[in-house]
Amino acid sequence: MSFMFWILAALTIAGGLAAVLLKNLVHCALAVTVAFAGLALLFLQLDAQFAGFAQILVYIGAVAILVVFAILLTRGSETPKKEIGVFSRTWLAGLVVAAALFAVLSWAVLQSAGGLSQDDAAPTVSVLQIGQALMGRYVLPLEIVALLLTAATIGAVIVAMHEKEDSK
Amino acid sequence: MTPLAGYLLVAALLFAIGLAGALTRRNAILVLIGIELMLNAANLNLIAFWRYGPHPEALTGMMFAIFSIAVAAAEAAVGLGLVISIYRHAQTTDLDQMNRMKG
Amino acid sequence: MLMQEMASVPFAPTTHCGPAGICDSLWLIPALPIVASGVIALMKQPQRKAAAALSIGSLAISLLLALVAFGHVVSGWTHGAAVRETVNFTWIQVGSAHVDLGWVLDPLAAVMLVMVCFVGLLIFIYSTGYMAHDENFTRFFCFLSLFAGAMLGVVIANSLLLLFMCWELVGLTSYLLIGFWYQKPSAAAAAKKAFLTTRVGDVFFLLGMVWLFAQTGTLLFYNGGAGSMEALKLGGLLATPSGLGLTAAGAIGLLIFAGAAGKSGQLPLHVWLPDAMEGPTPVSALIHAATMVAAGVYLIARVYPLMQAGALVGGTTAALTVVTWVGAATALFAALIAVAQNDIKRILAYSTVSQLGYMMAGLGMGGVAVGMFHLITHAFFKALLFMGAGSVIHGCHEEQDIRKMGGLRGAMPTTFATYAIGMLALSGFPLLFSGFWSKDGILEAAQHWSVGKAPFYMLVFGALLTAFYMTRQVSYVFFGKWRGHGQAHESPKVMTTPLAILAFFAIALGAIGTPAWPWFRAFLEGHAAEFGFAGFNEPGLLALMVTSSVVVLLGLGLGWWIYGNKSPQVETPDALERAVPPVWTVLQNKFYVDELYGVTVIAFYAWWAKVADWLDRRVWGGVVALVAWLFRGGAQLSRLSDEYWVNGGFDKGCEELSNSGGLLARVQSGKVQTYLRLLALAVVVLAAILIWSSRG
Repeated sequence: MSFMFWILAALTIAGGLAAVLLKNLVHCALAVTVAFAGLALLFLQLDAQFAGFAQILVYIGAVAILVVFAILLTRGSETPKKEIGVFSRTWLAGLVVAAALFAVLSWAVLQSAGGLSQDDAAPTVSVLQIGQALMGRYVLPLEIVALLLTAATIGAVIVAMHEKEDSK
Repeated sequence: MTPLAGYLLVAALLFAIGLAGALTRRNAILVLIGIELMLNAANLNLIAFWRYGPHPEALTGMMFAIFSIAVAAAEAAVGLGLVISIYRHAQTTDLDQMNRMKG
Repeated sequence: MLMQEMASVPFAPTTHCGPAGICDSLWLIPALPIVASGVIALMKQPQRKAAAALSIGSLAISLLLALVAFGHVVSGWTHGAAVRETVNFTWIQVGSAHVDLGWVLDPLAAVMLVMVCFVGLLIFIYSTGYMAHDENFTRFFCFLSLFAGAMLGVVIANSLLLLFMCWELVGLTSYLLIGFWYQKPSAAAAAKKAFLTTRVGDVFFLLGMVWLFAQTGTLLFYNGGAGSMEALKLGGLLATPSGLGLTAAGAIGLLIFAGAAGKSGQLPLHVWLPDAMEGPTPVSALIHAATMVAAGVYLIARVYPLMQAGALVGGTTAALTVVTWVGAATALFAALIAVAQNDIKRILAYSTVSQLGYMMAGLGMGGVAVGMFHLITHAFFKALLFMGAGSVIHGCHEEQDIRKMGGLRGAMPTTFATYAIGMLALSGFPLLFSGFWSKDGILEAAQHWSVGKAPFYMLVFGALLTAFYMTRQVSYVFFGKWRGHGQAHESPKVMTTPLAILAFFAIALGAIGTPAWPWFRAFLEGHAAEFGFAGFNEPGLLALMVTSSVVVLLGLGLGWWIYGNKSPQVETPDALERAVPPVWTVLQNKFYVDELYGVTVIAFYAWWAKVADWLDRRVWGGVVALVAWLFRGGAQLSRLSDEYWVNGGFDKGCEELSNSGGLLARVQSGKVQTYLRLLALAVVVLAAILIWSSRG
């Protein structure tokens, strides 16, 4: 395992942890952005350049901003009161479930560790190939995703607007 | 440990962290953040398998991951819109207080 | 009339009834009055004429039937074949043992039937006048009819069991009639006393009956050779010894005599008869003079073969000796008491007791014919005397004390005439009156008694006393000055006519019992009766007749001399009382027998009743209370267990269910994160399963 991988992995994990543990919501949003960045770099490490850049563009550029907007709009930047706390009253149950999940998954991974994976030659993927695949083999999912995006946009607008009309 | 296994473990850990966050934090937005982390972990899984699996020239893994990113973005938009509308209605994003569907 | 001739008479063997014979319908004679009684019981009180008509009519028909039966027996007797016909039937059958009932028609029964029906009918007619002002007229005739039916049942019974049942019924009606005016406490007490005293006798009677059944296997008297009064069974009884040197026959005979002693008022069970005068006078006349008290005598006559079994010619048995002694003692005892009584009916009551003693003594010493003849004649003149007394009481406006009467000879001539005839018959006035002949028969038998002469002297003294106290009574009532209140008046024809009829018979019946023509005796014993004066040639007979005449006249004379035309006031003590005060007091208090019983028997019984009451309340009551307490305790336990365990358990269970439901409902918290957690958990589990299964 290369050295780069470990650093990037650590960065991503740290970002994720910070996102989940921090009190201030804005700090959380920024931490998750770091996690996204780490992931993008990992994609690049994995020779999936398109995916990496798409990650940066979409996640960091759109989703993270959206999250920050939402936080600001819902007064999430205010520090919560001391007695309530940021974690739910029954946080232990959730932690246990997550831990169980990690245990199962890691166990599955480690069990079959000897399976595939050698350091094969890195595949060279050009954007032309991706475009051809999109228009060729994956044209249907493309169209559906387009539809989905349209619906999501409209839906988000309607959800936001609907509230406005009601409150008037 | 093979590189693949390493990536997979990282993905699993990230997934678990995201899940833990979604399940334990009070704020609704942080649940969404957790969900995004989970999705990202899945994407990492996909790309890792594409890279170290057979037939990377088929681009299957990459395509899957790209579509996943697109869908995740759409879902985040809608979800956050919902959170905002709920906030408008209940004046809070505290999930512990949103139990009108109690049985 | 001597003991030698008293040997058992050869009757033709008992036959079953011939076709269309009267004895087949003999059961109608008691049945008709009983049915009449039942119908009257359903009538309303105002229907007096109908009740009286029904009662008298049914008894009249019974009389007709009785006369037919009597004629049948007489015709059989005149043709030389003595009649004894029976009708028997099985009543209860248990395996091979069976209890039979039946009726018999023989001279004894025939004579008794005619007497009971005739005297009864006269008294019924008399009662319509006597009870005319009573508001319970209908009830009276209902009871009277029931009594008549029961008495007739006793007469024709061929089974000791049937006799006993009718016997008890007679006792019941006696109780009902003595206590007819039940609002009077003395009447109610007298009725109870009568019932209980006769019950004492009846217990012994029942014992004797059971023993007889056990020994002989039958309770029928005559059953074609197999009856208990017939030679076969009697022989068996004689051969069986019992305690005290008696044979079974003797012992059973004594037990049955105990029952007769109760019913016929012999010493010591005589105490109820004088108190029974609380009943209306027709009741006293019918039941306590003529018929019911005679039932005891009749019973002894019926079981006479049993009483007499084992006697040698000229000798007697232990049972008959006891009967004689008891009878003689009773005769003297009661006559003594009668001298000192002041109630007109009570004098007659004690006189009845005394005469019953005579009858028993006659049976014991002289045989069936002697005792029964006196019974028949006594029935007529005693009923006459009682009815006359009733007429006097009626005429003196319900006054019963003889010291408050007097001079009624002029005011009530018919009553006086008939009463005098009855009184002379009772005293035994020589030759003219039936009482003389019947009493003489008894005295003659006593004179020749093989055991001793003491009863003879007792009976003679008793005859003296009888004449004496009757004269005393008649002087007080009919002679002298009127000491009562108001005006005495004669009774209506409906009351005096029966008196006249009875008076006629009081005289005429003597004719069938004289030695010149001993028709009665011959009839009962089944041999021919010749008319002739040869009978007077019996040794000692004429001397006896003279002796008894002298005694009677002496008694009459003494009575007249002391009491005569004098009419002492109520406050003046009696002449005898002035002469011998202590004797008088003892006699007037009836020899203190009632007081003796009160101190001994009744006191013991009262104590025993207290003990039984204590036992009942404390011991048995305690047991019952304990059981009840246990049950209540159990019930409480049950309730507690139900409340706490069952209900509590159930409630708790339901509560737990509800709680768990509540708990389960918490799953639906309404919180998104909860649902998410569950989802994640499910995914984990699924993943684990998938991975595990794919590994293998």
